[in-house]
Amino acid sequence: MSTFDNPFDPDRNLRTGCACGQHRSAEEHEQATALRCEPVESEEKRYEGVVASAVMRAMFPQDVARRAFLKSVGASTALAALSQFFPLKTATEVFAQAGAPEKKDLKVGFIPITCATPIIMAAPMGFYSKHGLNVEVVKTAGWAVIRDKTINKEYDAAHMLAPMPIAISLGLGANAIPFAVPAIENINGQGIVLATKHKDKRDPKDWKGLKFAIPFDYSMHNYLLRYYLAEHGIDPDTDVQLRSVPPPEMVANLRADNIDGFLAPDNICQRAIYDGVGFMHLLSKEIWDGHPCCSFAASREFITTAPNSFAALTRAIVDATAYASKAENRKQIAEAIAPANYINAPVTVLEQVLTGTYADGLGGVKTDPKRVDFDPFPWQSFAVWMLTQMKRWGQIKGDVDYKAVAEQVYLATDTKKLMTEMGLTPPGSAYKSFAVMGKNFDPAKPEDYLASFKIRKGA
Amino acid sequence: MSTSLRLRAGLVSIVLLAAFLGIWHLATRSTGTTTTMSPEYAKLMGLTATQGKSAMPGPLDVGAKLWEHLKRPFYDNGPNDKGLGIQLAYSIARVGTGYLLAVLVAIPLGFLIGMSPLLSKALDPFIQVLKPISPLAWMPLALYTIKDSSVSAIFVIFICSIWPMLLNTVFGVASVRKEWVNVARTLEVGTVRRAFTVILPAAAPTILTGMRISIGIAWLVIVAAEMLVGGTGIGYFVWNEWNNLSITNVIIAILLIGVVGMLLDQILARFTRMVTFPE
Repeated sequence: MSTFDNPFDPDRNLRTGCACGQHRSAEEHEQATALRCEPVESEEKRYEGVVASAVMRAMFPQDVARRAFLKSVGASTALAALSQFFPLKTATEVFAQAGAPEKKDLKVGFIPITCATPIIMAAPMGFYSKHGLNVEVVKTAGWAVIRDKTINKEYDAAHMLAPMPIAISLGLGANAIPFAVPAIENINGQGIVLATKHKDKRDPKDWKGLKFAIPFDYSMHNYLLRYYLAEHGIDPDTDVQLRSVPPPEMVANLRADNIDGFLAPDNICQRAIYDGVGFMHLLSKEIWDGHPCCSFAASREFITTAPNSFAALTRAIVDATAYASKAENRKQIAEAIAPANYINAPVTVLEQVLTGTYADGLGGVKTDPKRVDFDPFPWQSFAVWMLTQMKRWGQIKGDVDYKAVAEQVYLATDTKKLMTEMGLTPPGSAYKSFAVMGKNFDPAKPEDYLASFKIRKGA
Repeated sequence: MSTSLRLRAGLVSIVLLAAFLGIWHLATRSTGTTTTMSPEYAKLMGLTATQGKSAMPGPLDVGAKLWEHLKRPFYDNGPNDKGLGIQLAYSIARVGTGYLLAVLVAIPLGFLIGMSPLLSKALDPFIQVLKPISPLAWMPLALYTIKDSSVSAIFVIFICSIWPMLLNTVFGVASVRKEWVNVARTLEVGTVRRAFTVILPAAAPTILTGMRISIGIAWLVIVAAEMLVGGTGIGYFVWNEWNNLSITNVIIAILLIGVVGMLLDQILARFTRMVTFPE
């Protein structure tokens, strides 16, 4: 059941059971379908739905009575009657206007990769202005710079790799400054690209001695590549070389034969193929379908000093993410974010990434509409998984309070509230288990999970 | 220089340029379709992969693109995409600010140090250690302490352009001919007056040579600093186009950086000529 279904549908159940009939309760159904940002015709319609649902629920506490009423008079009459004595329009307007932002002119930093799609597109496509903000999105040279500029308050919020806010909050590779993640940007959308000369070397077991590039030490790319290699018996610390290389330089380095491959964010992977220097070995989706990659992050200080601005910003991002999650919008988005002011890349490359119909670099055209996807909910179990990998590869030493850190940095509760207010359907819980390369991860038992890996640093 | 020599030198310059462009053009020609691929696949690929086009752009590509940039140098498409004229203006403004600050500090300080042999000896080791530090090495420290990227960029310009000026001023002041200073002493000229009427004019050519070296360094530094800090400036432009792997635009930027650097150097060279005196 979705919060923005028609509340005047007599067959719709506003309380119990489940809309599709396959689950015992609405909660179960919601868990199963998790978060799917469903299509809505317009913002007002959605808010209207939420308000009308609430009014109908208040008027008819008994579901049976409401259904009987709707059946007897019909939905349109009911709506007319209700509007007569209850100012639905005004109520909707009041509801849609949250607290006025403390600060309207905001600066948000981004790195020019397709992971930042919601942050970037929200500017040219008007999602920020819709939520009453005047946001300037500023392209930034690298992850370390974006970290420093956000810490120095030159940016109010920024696009960061999903593990970065955790690392900053823990003081890894930076002074410990509490950061928070209200929304994940993208899921999937990365890939392992190898130089064309390795096209017959597809088995990772043969990769001993190769040189790989990753964008940053505290990145999902680092953890996924290490995980993938380790699962194939390659120790990423001793058998291969991993280098931190800024994404644009990866393609040039691959061409110059300085590296053999990389696990990189998209448009860089596709760019290497587009320029004929590499081929797609594996989409990151095939390692872990639905893995987070980049996040939208802000410092705790900004959140406490400007809570309404922060909420409006989060709403704009969630809104843009919902829009980007729909396949039919992807071509339009590719065109909006391709110019030099934003990602600065050929439209064909972005289109291939976003629509999932792409050249694989070996002469074939592949289609995978979920090559990259967008889903804002900051699952705390994602954070717990990242912490296990940080510990596995020696980035954190000693004991870790997984749950406490995850809950402090990944703001699942706040985002859930916000999404409900926006008429979206957030998942019931902030933890979910998932499988990485077929191996299950239970967020309740991180230490057991960690202990189950044979290859790790300083085991 | 006689007219005929100048003419001949110009001719050789033009021949060299033509030869360079010719070789460049030949080296970057496309080799024609390399492998056969399905049209559907080819549509998704870049020209480098489909037509064997060299990854290096040829002189014609660069020329066409340069003309495009020169036609509208001041466009502004938002915070991350501005015309080359605007980018250059940002860079020159940054260099100007950092450089002027360095002048304001280096010349008075150099004067004081130069007039006192004791200070000159005592400070020498510090200056010698600080002088060879690369601008990029200062950058993280500046970002961390100043906590503002544009001020950091200016600070880096300042700290890198101060040393040649300081050293040259010290040297110029210290090596003013003893006779002139002694003559001034005999005529009972006061210290301040002596500094301005005797030492300054005598040391001016050396000081300006230091300033000329410094402006060159400042201009070298700005590109690196802006690549790191981003936002605006010609260095940012290079980085942004590198991000898009647009070598054509990178070459154009290199060309413009060279031209502007030459102009800055020529301005200082003119000043130097103005204060030079025959002995």
